[in-house]
Amino acid sequence: MSGVSRRTLETIWNFGASRRTLRPSHVERQSQRPPSYDMSSHSPDSSSHDAQHQPANRMIGPGHSLGSVTDKITSLTLRQGVGWKWLLGFTISFALVMLLMLSVAMLFKYGVGIWGINIPVGWGFAIVNFVWWVGIGHAGTLISAVLLLLRQQWRTSINRFAEAMTLFAVACAGMYPLLHMGRPQFFYWIFPYPNTMDIYPQFRSPLVWDAFALTAYGTVSALFWYVGLIPDMATLRDRAKTRFSQITYGFLSMGWRGSARHWKRYETAYLLLAGLATPLVVSVHTIVSFDFAVGIIPGWHATVFPPYFVAGAIYSGFAMVLTLCIPLRAAYGLKDFITDRHLDNMAKVMLASGLVVAYGYGMEMFMAYYSGHDVEAYMLENRLGGPYAFFFWSLLGCNIAIPQLLWFPAVRRNTLMLFVIAIIINIGMWLERFIIVVTSLHRDFLPSSWDMYYPTFWDWALYIGTIGFFFACLFVFVRLLPAISIFEMRELLETEEGGNGHGH
Amino acid sequence: MATKWDAVTYGLMAEFNEPEELIVATRKAREQGYRWFESYSPFPVHGLSEAMGFRHTKLPLIVLTAGLLGGLGGFGLQYYLTVIEYPLNVGGRPLFSWPSFIPITFELTVLSAAFGAVLGMLGLNGLPRPHHPVFNIPEFASASRDKFFLCLQSRDEKFQMQSSREFLESLQPAAIYEVPQ
Repeated sequence: MSGVSRRTLETIWNFGASRRTLRPSHVERQSQRPPSYDMSSHSPDSSSHDAQHQPANRMIGPGHSLGSVTDKITSLTLRQGVGWKWLLGFTISFALVMLLMLSVAMLFKYGVGIWGINIPVGWGFAIVNFVWWVGIGHAGTLISAVLLLLRQQWRTSINRFAEAMTLFAVACAGMYPLLHMGRPQFFYWIFPYPNTMDIYPQFRSPLVWDAFALTAYGTVSALFWYVGLIPDMATLRDRAKTRFSQITYGFLSMGWRGSARHWKRYETAYLLLAGLATPLVVSVHTIVSFDFAVGIIPGWHATVFPPYFVAGAIYSGFAMVLTLCIPLRAAYGLKDFITDRHLDNMAKVMLASGLVVAYGYGMEMFMAYYSGHDVEAYMLENRLGGPYAFFFWSLLGCNIAIPQLLWFPAVRRNTLMLFVIAIIINIGMWLERFIIVVTSLHRDFLPSSWDMYYPTFWDWALYIGTIGFFFACLFVFVRLLPAISIFEMRELLETEEGGNGHGH
Repeated sequence: MATKWDAVTYGLMAEFNEPEELIVATRKAREQGYRWFESYSPFPVHGLSEAMGFRHTKLPLIVLTAGLLGGLGGFGLQYYLTVIEYPLNVGGRPLFSWPSFIPITFELTVLSAAFGAVLGMLGLNGLPRPHHPVFNIPEFASASRDKFFLCLQSRDEKFQMQSSREFLESLQPAAIYEVPQ
C-alpha cells in the first residue's frame, strides 16, 4: 500500500485515537496524541486529568498497573465457583442447547419435511440463519485482524471476546448447511477425496467454494484465537492455585516463558495471521454472497451483492459485539477496560457500515427498476407490497431508520439505548436475510410455481437452539478463559503510561 | 569451552521492575560479550530483541512458502481432478475453466499460510516445551505478570559465576537468582 493511501485509510479509521507506531513507546507518547476526544470531557475519570499522566483519550481506567490489570482479568477465571448470574444464564442457554439437540434428532428422524420449506422456497430458515451467523462472526475477525493492522489500540480489550464470538458463530453457521442436506451423513462428499465412486465435487459451484471458505475461515479463526491465548495461558498457569488448573493451563500455554526471541517471532506470526485473516474475512462473505449472486433468481442476481454482504456482516457483527459487551462489562465490572469510548467507537463503525448497507438496498431497488426486466421489477413490487411487505418495511426500519439515532453523541453515550439499538440491528439483519432468501424464491419467474413459505415449530426450535448453543459456549468461555487479552492490555498500559505508573 | 558450571547451574538470573532497565541490561550484556543469554518480559517490549542482536526471523519465509504450496496445491488439485482425472462436460464449458478455480485456490493459500505461521512460530520457538530450567525459580512466575528478567546462561564461554554475578550486580537489578539446571 502506498504511503498516501495508507495515511488516508488511517485517517478514516482513526476515530481520533492515537496512532501506534513502531517507534519506542516513549517517543510517540506526546507528539501523536490529538488534543481532545469528544468523549473525554464527559467521562467521569477525565474530569481532573492533567495532560502529562492522564491523557484525555486513554483506553484503560485510571490507577491501573501491570500487576493490577493482570490480577483483575485472571481473577475472573481463577476464582472458585460460579456466581448466580452466570449459573442462571448458563442454565437457560443449556436448556436451549437441549432444544437444539431435540430439533436435530427430529430432523434426522423425519427429514427436512418437518421444516416449512417447499418448492419453490427450498432454502428457508436454514440459509437465512446460516448467513446471519456467518455475518455475526465476521466482526470478530474485523476487530482482531483489521483493527490490528490499522493500529487501532482500542481493539485490545474487546478482541479476545470478539474472536470467541466469531468461533461460536461460525460453529452455529456451519451446522445449517449440514442439517439442510437431505442426507447429512454424506456431508464429506463436498470435499475432494479419493473415492471408489470416482467422482469429485463441481469446483465451479459457489456452494463448493462456500464449503472451502467456511472451513478455512473457521480453522484460521481458531488458530488466531489460540495463538492470542498462549501468553495468557502462561499467566494463568503462573497464577493458578490448584494443581489441576496449573496443569491444564500449563499444557495449553505450551511452556510459554516470554523470552524476547519468542516474543519477536510471536509478534511476527500474529501480524502475519492478521494480514491473512483480513482478506480471508472479505473473501468468505463474498463467497457467501456468490451463493446467491451467481444464481439467476430475481433479487439475487446482482453485482452489488459481495460488497453489500460484507458491509452487512460488519454491521450485524458489531451489533452482536455490543449486545454481548454491554452486559458483560456490567456483570464483571470491566468498565475500566471496556470503556464508554469503546462502545462509542463500535457505534460509529455500526453507523458507517449501516450506511453502506443502506446504499446496497437502494442500489438493489434501483437496479430492479432500471433493468426494465419484468420479473426483476415484480420482485421489487412484491417486496414493497406483497405478502411479506411487513417484514420488508420492518427491515428498513430496523436497519436504516432507527440506527440513524447513532449520529447523536448523546445516544452513543447512552449504554441502554445503544444496547437496544444493537438488538434492533440484530433483528433487522436477520430480517434482511429472510427477505433476500424468501421473497426472491417464493415468487420467481412463473406464477404457476409461486408458493408461500411459513416457518414451522421446528424451524424456530432449531434457530433458537443455535442461539442457546452460542450463548452456552460464551458462558463457558468467560468462565474458563480470559475474556480480555491480558498481555495486550499490559502492552497497552505500557504505551499509554510510558512506564510511569505501573506496579512496583 | 565448556565450563564447570554446566552440570549444576543453568545460569544467573537478574530481576528488573521496568522494561527500560531490561533493555539497557540486555544491551550491556551483549556489549560485554555474552552470547548465550535471554531476556524475559510479560509483554513484547519493543527494542528488546534488537538489543539482543536478534533482528530477523525466518518466519515470514516459512509463511510465504506454506502459502505458495497451499495455493499451488489447491489449484493443481482442481486442475488434476477436473481436467485429467474425471473430465466432465457441463454444457460445453471448457474443462480448464480456471477463473472459477480461484476462490478455492485463495482459501487454501490462506489456510496453509496460517498453519505455516502458527506451526512455524511454535517450531522456531521450540514449543511446546513443558519444562525449562528458568521455571526452577519460583519468582520467575511474575515474568508473566509485571517483572522483567535477564538470564545469563552457564554454557556461555564468558560465563564465570563470580564475574557474571558482579556484572549483573552492576546493573542494579531488584534481585539476582542462581538458576539450577
